[in-house]
Amino acid sequence: MLAYILRRLLYAIPILIGVNLITFALFFIVNTPDDMARMQLGIKRVTPEAIEKWKAERGYDKPLFVNAAAGGLGSVTDTIFFEKSARMFVGDFGRAEDGRDIAREIGTRMGPSLAIALPTFILGLFVTVSLALTLAFFRATAFDLWGVVLCVAMMSISGLFYIIGGQYLIAKMWRLVPISGFGDGLDAWRFLILPVVIGVISGIGSSTRWYRTIFLEEVSKDYVRTARAKGLPETVVFFRHILRNALIPILTGVVVVIPLLFMGSLLTESFFGIPGLGSYTIDAIQAQDFAVVRSMVFIGSVLYIVGLILTDISYTLVDPRIRFS
Amino acid sequence: MSGFQIVVLWSDVLVWLLLAAGIGLAVLIARNPPLLAAWRRVGSNRIGMASATILLAFIAVGLLDSLHYRVALDGKPGEKTQYAIEVLSALDALVGPLRTENEKTYSAPFASQLYAKETFDRPGVGTVREFPRLKYGASHLQDPAALTGDVAVTALRAGGLALFGWLLLASVVALRCGGWRAVWRGDTAFAWNAVLATLALIVLTLVPLFALAGDYHVFGTDKVGQDVLYQILKSVRTALIIGLVTTLVMLPVAVLLGIVAGYFRGWVDDLIQYLYTVLNSIPGVLLIAAAVLMMQVVIDSHPEWFATAAERADLRLLALCFILGITSWTGLCRLLRGETLKLRELEYIQAAQAFGVSSWRIILRHILPNLMHIVIIALVMDFSGLVLAEAVLSYVGIGVDPTMTSFGTMINNARMELGREPVVWWSLTAAFAAMFILVLAANLFADAVRDAFDPRAA
Repeated sequence: MLAYILRRLLYAIPILIGVNLITFALFFIVNTPDDMARMQLGIKRVTPEAIEKWKAERGYDKPLFVNAAAGGLGSVTDTIFFEKSARMFVGDFGRAEDGRDIAREIGTRMGPSLAIALPTFILGLFVTVSLALTLAFFRATAFDLWGVVLCVAMMSISGLFYIIGGQYLIAKMWRLVPISGFGDGLDAWRFLILPVVIGVISGIGSSTRWYRTIFLEEVSKDYVRTARAKGLPETVVFFRHILRNALIPILTGVVVVIPLLFMGSLLTESFFGIPGLGSYTIDAIQAQDFAVVRSMVFIGSVLYIVGLILTDISYTLVDPRIRFS
Repeated sequence: MSGFQIVVLWSDVLVWLLLAAGIGLAVLIARNPPLLAAWRRVGSNRIGMASATILLAFIAVGLLDSLHYRVALDGKPGEKTQYAIEVLSALDALVGPLRTENEKTYSAPFASQLYAKETFDRPGVGTVREFPRLKYGASHLQDPAALTGDVAVTALRAGGLALFGWLLLASVVALRCGGWRAVWRGDTAFAWNAVLATLALIVLTLVPLFALAGDYHVFGTDKVGQDVLYQILKSVRTALIIGLVTTLVMLPVAVLLGIVAGYFRGWVDDLIQYLYTVLNSIPGVLLIAAAVLMMQVVIDSHPEWFATAAERADLRLLALCFILGITSWTGLCRLLRGETLKLRELEYIQAAQAFGVSSWRIILRHILPNLMHIVIIALVMDFSGLVLAEAVLSYVGIGVDPTMTSFGTMINNARMELGREPVVWWSLTAAFAAMFILVLAANLFADAVRDAFDPRAA
């Protein structure tokens, strides 16, 4: 088992290097730092001196890969690639445009993101799996048919509509909870409840339909027929046999997103004014803060790869047929 | 009418190319019995055909909006003709007044008055603050109280005309397909009853709507007084391009790499797998955000590339399609690789190899046709997701050019309006409703196609 995990971890390294190279190419080779400086400074204030100053302040005035002038080890380390890209591996993301340390900012913003994303995730999973199980239980009836139609309709609605409509109805018309904002400690629940509920509802359509397909696939398998032939009641067949077996494919789709919960949701956080990583990313995109976007891309990939490894491990834990080959 | 100059935007080229490809594919399908049989199954699916009818209506609007031109400005005779900076489309010409009849600011659907009060100087009364009449909306009426009656009469008249047209069409179908009863009961091989019912719904809503649109702002006007119905019509093309061109862009890459990886295996497979794992590892929105930010820098630092604002917006739209394509080909590629791995072990491929048929020929003649159903399913399944994604991306600020009308920019401009008093609900509602209809039709059609091509997955 340990050797298996270790091998998976080693496999992640070349992928991370690939991600790092792609982001580097995207941010420094597609556009030169001069272009970025011009964009940031605006058309009016652009002078060669201003550009040089902008680049020097951010350390973009070095060569891309090889600094021949520095000599020795410095010819590799005193470059943009090493300073801006390679150092991300040790958690050094540099500074944002407002001068704050990005790594520390990420640390403080992770909490609020998680406070929204985790309840949404758990509640959403519970609701959608239960709904899908109900639909599968009443399969091939009018209830199932209309349930699926409703699912397709719900997944055809834009995520923006759920947020805008929910905010308008619950917070503005009925004044049940505050429209947006975030509080510390236990007081935060009043702010959390609306985004969580909206997050759960907006996910119902596609997830329920997907899980229903998985359940139906299990229903037609031989072991289910055997269980029924033994005379087990349908509820036992469903909860003891089908649910457990169907959890394996559901798990693979679910575990991979768990680490990404740290990143929060772009839309939810920006609409509800939650100081998490999602709103941080949106602000950075809108302010064209390249350093922050670059860091978020890297962190997102790391979390995704962690999710993949977790998926593999959970797979082997849940399904005894799988060996660590 | 003065002369005009035809403008061919890059996206127009791709749109018409797509249409040509679609027609080519249809000819190909007609000659291939198994594929034809599968499409016949789609054709007999009522929900599938009803949604296809709605999709065709959207596509018609999109195609009309893809014929662009610039009007010649009135100049002195003998001078070289100058052309207007504004790029118009055939759709603009058709709905003429919708584009030009702009009010001052918001006005509700079917309103005769503006949303905001203005100050007037009345002789004898002094200054009063009241709602002014609209410049165009309901301006033909002397008395605003007659509005309801006028709307009803116009709608009924247009509805009657629409009903007559529909009956004419339906009787042609009934004559050709063995009578009304057969069509009504669904005894025809093609689901004519679903198509006709949907068509009735479409003409009975759209014809009265457009008949009224001449005299009223049927969906109201937005902040700068532009007609919301016009914006909806213009958004359709953007949504279709995002949904279709993106798939077109990524399709060749995904198909080629997927098949090559699965067929040749070895280091080629390792390399391609590495490539898509890396791309897949970067969360989609972030990769798109990074790429779009960089594209903006490129576009902003080369203003000399674009003659008109429309061309710039158009190139940005295409770039967005490319970026979305690059980030979304990995799923299809993985699917095709897996399927090719299975196919290459089958006996007929082994026989071909034993005969010494070249690898590329085997791929082209024997593997590719057997993967077509996966490609088609992916194409229709991706469409709705991309249309929805456009709205989100435009909201985040990394979508289409802000000057380009799309569902995303409409929602983005209108999202603060719910906070006004009284509430300005019409722009948002119209944009969301139009998007919902388009995406729902696409989803239902995708389901029908999937059921027909891959009965297992149902």
